[in-house]
Amino acid sequence: MVERRPALDFLAYAILTLGVVVVALPIYVTFVASTQTLDQILEVPMSLVPGSELLANYKAVLTSGSERAASAPVGRMMLVSLVVALVVPAGKIIISLLSAFAIVYFRFPGRMFFFWMIFITLMLPVEVRIVPTYEVIARMNLLNTFPGLILPLVASATATFLFRQFFMTIPDELAEAARIDGAGPMRFFWDVVMPLSRTNMAALFVILFIYGWNQYLWPLLVTTEESMYTVVIGIRRMIAGGDAATEWNLVMATAMLAMLPPALVVLLMQRWFIKGLVETEK
Amino acid sequence: MAGVSIRNVYKSFGPVKVIQGISMDIADGEFVVMVGPSGCGKSTLLRMVAGLENVTSGEIAIGERVVNDLEPKDRDIAMVFQNYALYPHMSVFDNMAYGLKIQRRPKADIEARVQRAAEILELTKFLKRRPRELSGGQRQRVAMGRALVREPKVFLFDEPLSNLDAKLRVQMRSELQALHQRLRTTTIYVTHDQVEAMTLAHRMLVMSTGGKTEQIGAPLEVYNRPATTFVAGFIGSPPMNLIPGRIAEGGRALAAEGGVHVRLPEARGSLEGRNVLLGVRPEHFETCEPGAALLNPDIDFIELLGSDSLVYGHLGADKSSARVAARLHTSVVAKAGRLPLRFDAQHMHLFEPEGGKRLEA
Amino acid sequence: MEKRVVFRSRWLPYALVAPQLAITIAFFFWPASQALYQSLLLQDPFGTSVQFVGLENFQYLFRDEGYRASFRITAVYSALVAGIGIALSLLLAVMADHIIRGALAFRTLLIWPYAVAPAVAGVLWVFLFSPSIGILPFWLARIGITWNHLLDGNQAMTLVVIAAVWKQVSYNFLFFIAGLQSIPKSLIEAAAIDGAGPMRRFWTIVFPLLSPTTFFLLVVNIVFAFFDTFGIIDSATQGGPGQSTTVLVYKVYQDGFKGLDLGSSAAQSVILMAIVIGLTVVQFRYIERKVQY
Repeated sequence: MVERRPALDFLAYAILTLGVVVVALPIYVTFVASTQTLDQILEVPMSLVPGSELLANYKAVLTSGSERAASAPVGRMMLVSLVVALVVPAGKIIISLLSAFAIVYFRFPGRMFFFWMIFITLMLPVEVRIVPTYEVIARMNLLNTFPGLILPLVASATATFLFRQFFMTIPDELAEAARIDGAGPMRFFWDVVMPLSRTNMAALFVILFIYGWNQYLWPLLVTTEESMYTVVIGIRRMIAGGDAATEWNLVMATAMLAMLPPALVVLLMQRWFIKGLVETEK
Repeated sequence: MAGVSIRNVYKSFGPVKVIQGISMDIADGEFVVMVGPSGCGKSTLLRMVAGLENVTSGEIAIGERVVNDLEPKDRDIAMVFQNYALYPHMSVFDNMAYGLKIQRRPKADIEARVQRAAEILELTKFLKRRPRELSGGQRQRVAMGRALVREPKVFLFDEPLSNLDAKLRVQMRSELQALHQRLRTTTIYVTHDQVEAMTLAHRMLVMSTGGKTEQIGAPLEVYNRPATTFVAGFIGSPPMNLIPGRIAEGGRALAAEGGVHVRLPEARGSLEGRNVLLGVRPEHFETCEPGAALLNPDIDFIELLGSDSLVYGHLGADKSSARVAARLHTSVVAKAGRLPLRFDAQHMHLFEPEGGKRLEA
Repeated sequence: MEKRVVFRSRWLPYALVAPQLAITIAFFFWPASQALYQSLLLQDPFGTSVQFVGLENFQYLFRDEGYRASFRITAVYSALVAGIGIALSLLLAVMADHIIRGALAFRTLLIWPYAVAPAVAGVLWVFLFSPSIGILPFWLARIGITWNHLLDGNQAMTLVVIAAVWKQVSYNFLFFIAGLQSIPKSLIEAAAIDGAGPMRRFWTIVFPLLSPTTFFLLVVNIVFAFFDTFGIIDSATQGGPGQSTTVLVYKVYQDGFKGLDLGSSAAQSVILMAIVIGLTVVQFRYIERKVQY
């Protein structure tokens, strides 16, 4: 702080508070809507005071979904989302650790070729290859399955890159000492490299969990059965009928549930989350 | 216990030659220091003995076995790295035990070895700590402990003291000597610090840039009879004076342009007329009466070290010609003017100007 | 960059990269090359006739008013999202950096929209802006603005821009905070001693030093606007009314999955790929240059 300027301080707090309010507004309104009956919401303008239907709405939505929009129980959808959000990071992290280790600690024909191949995948998100990827999954008979949901999301190499950068910072002498101690490469990997990578793994896990949970386009294409919907897709289907058919109170309850796990992860693992963001973009 | 033989070893990285034809036989139990300036290849040579680098041509044998193709873990060696290379996430105990665990030794055996090493190195209190909680000197000891527990045939040290402050270095040097006395394991020690080399070595290998052997010998021998101007200049601080000139007056003096004239304490008639480099160590000069002086440098400046002083001067008319440094007792040094100096014949060294090889009488 | 130490093994490295390679080839390279190939074909949706037409699909696209419109819409959309998103988050970051107390609380409260799925963000905002039941049109009517994004293309665009910016501000905010914290305090203090007030200090010192972060965020935001906003658009406006919010990636989806025009959709994918690669290369080059100073 260079000077004391009360006016500027006040302005800063004002702007920040305004920012927080604007950011929180949709969430607050959503929360309120999720605690009211449908009729209360349809009364324009909707009251901004929370209603009394909290338990009723959430229970209904978790067990039976929105009947008018014919959707699956949200409980099931949350489960699907959870599986995706856990397996995508786990899968990505495991295969990336192995590839990055191979690329950094071994010299073999084709090494640089693999490296560039993997690097290219950073550039193209799944949205750009949707049609042919759909065909591949369809041909493998993996539509409406967990592997079908998960595998294409594991295919890009952000994690490999991050681990490679990190491995390059591990002092050479550590590997030499391990070699002299008699450790083979995989032993070195397990005893030394993995423990040292723990913070990076945590950071990546947070980012990829959110990435997996919030996926939209790909699950939209690859799942047509309600039992395989993720909760994000579920919400979308619920409002497909237009304003008239939509049970907004239930939709909002589902939205709150959909936002909950990633928000919890961000809040509880803030430190890793920020580290993960900053590292993956470098 | 075993000796190490390095037989005509060459190493290139592509077209770049880093080790050129080094041979040395190290006896069982010997403490050998490989010393030379940064980048001369001494670490590379050590790593070749360890098995971390390949040998381009030549042989390395530990004991009777040629080990060129053996993995480091099969050579029965242990290494202490300059940066200690401790596993940061493991405790001191686990760091030392790691190699033994991989060898699948029984737990009791591992426990005993680690405790013994910890006692010798005074690390018993720190066994549960992590490396980041230790000071530099303590980390150094853990690195040594890790080498100790393996009870190898050869210890390899790669500039282990360079990261320590001066005072700690002196202390560790004496501890290393004590350790060697006790264990008598063959040791190869690499350093760029010639003081470490002189104090620790039974024998030294002095190397120059490009991995060339300059001299192999015991410290005193290397000090008193340097084989080349490189060795003469590398060992001893400040370095040996090397005065270029021509042997004249029937081998009784050295003369050069600009009025440089030094009388030799002992005639070298066989070298009459030849261009040579005259070498005398600064500490071997003595002041004397002007009549007995062999040379009379003009004082340029004096560095006061305490009881000794370093006097810098020049012999010729020109300030930059034939610079001479002398280490003398402070009380005998004047502030300016000419300084009459003499030196003994046994402290006189003559070298060829081309190639720097020592000239014998 | 090479590591000096290397383990020796014939087969191990291949075994280690195999899983990643297998998945990447099956689900990345193969589909991407298929997209390239399909973009050169004219296919009947049922797959009964396939005709190689070279670059005809591309030529058609460039002449198609619908595609050109989509291009324009995407350009406008990404400019708005990136521009507004960066400006607002920079403001918030500077303010957050300025205050001492409560900085951490504000930071926590401002970053969690990152956790909200774009599709969910779209639903939230379309609820807020719903012409029939939303509270915002109600308040807007009070000040004389009739809001119906189902009829007005510009309002639809406004809606999706707001939803996207709302989500992105938290991400940008984090990076700007990191960037601001990496500026040495001594520079600011020196400028203050030289007599520069807060505004001048910001524009002449802080902003230029933030330019790598700003540039990086610009590229990221544009890529975000191109791709990650699919969810927002599909849940809020479905590309409408008419085609007024049909951005390029949405059109790929529409033409490929709804219209079953595989060749055109593939060609559009290829064009998008080229754009992304171009952006990435530009960013990479800039980073290289930045490293020089």
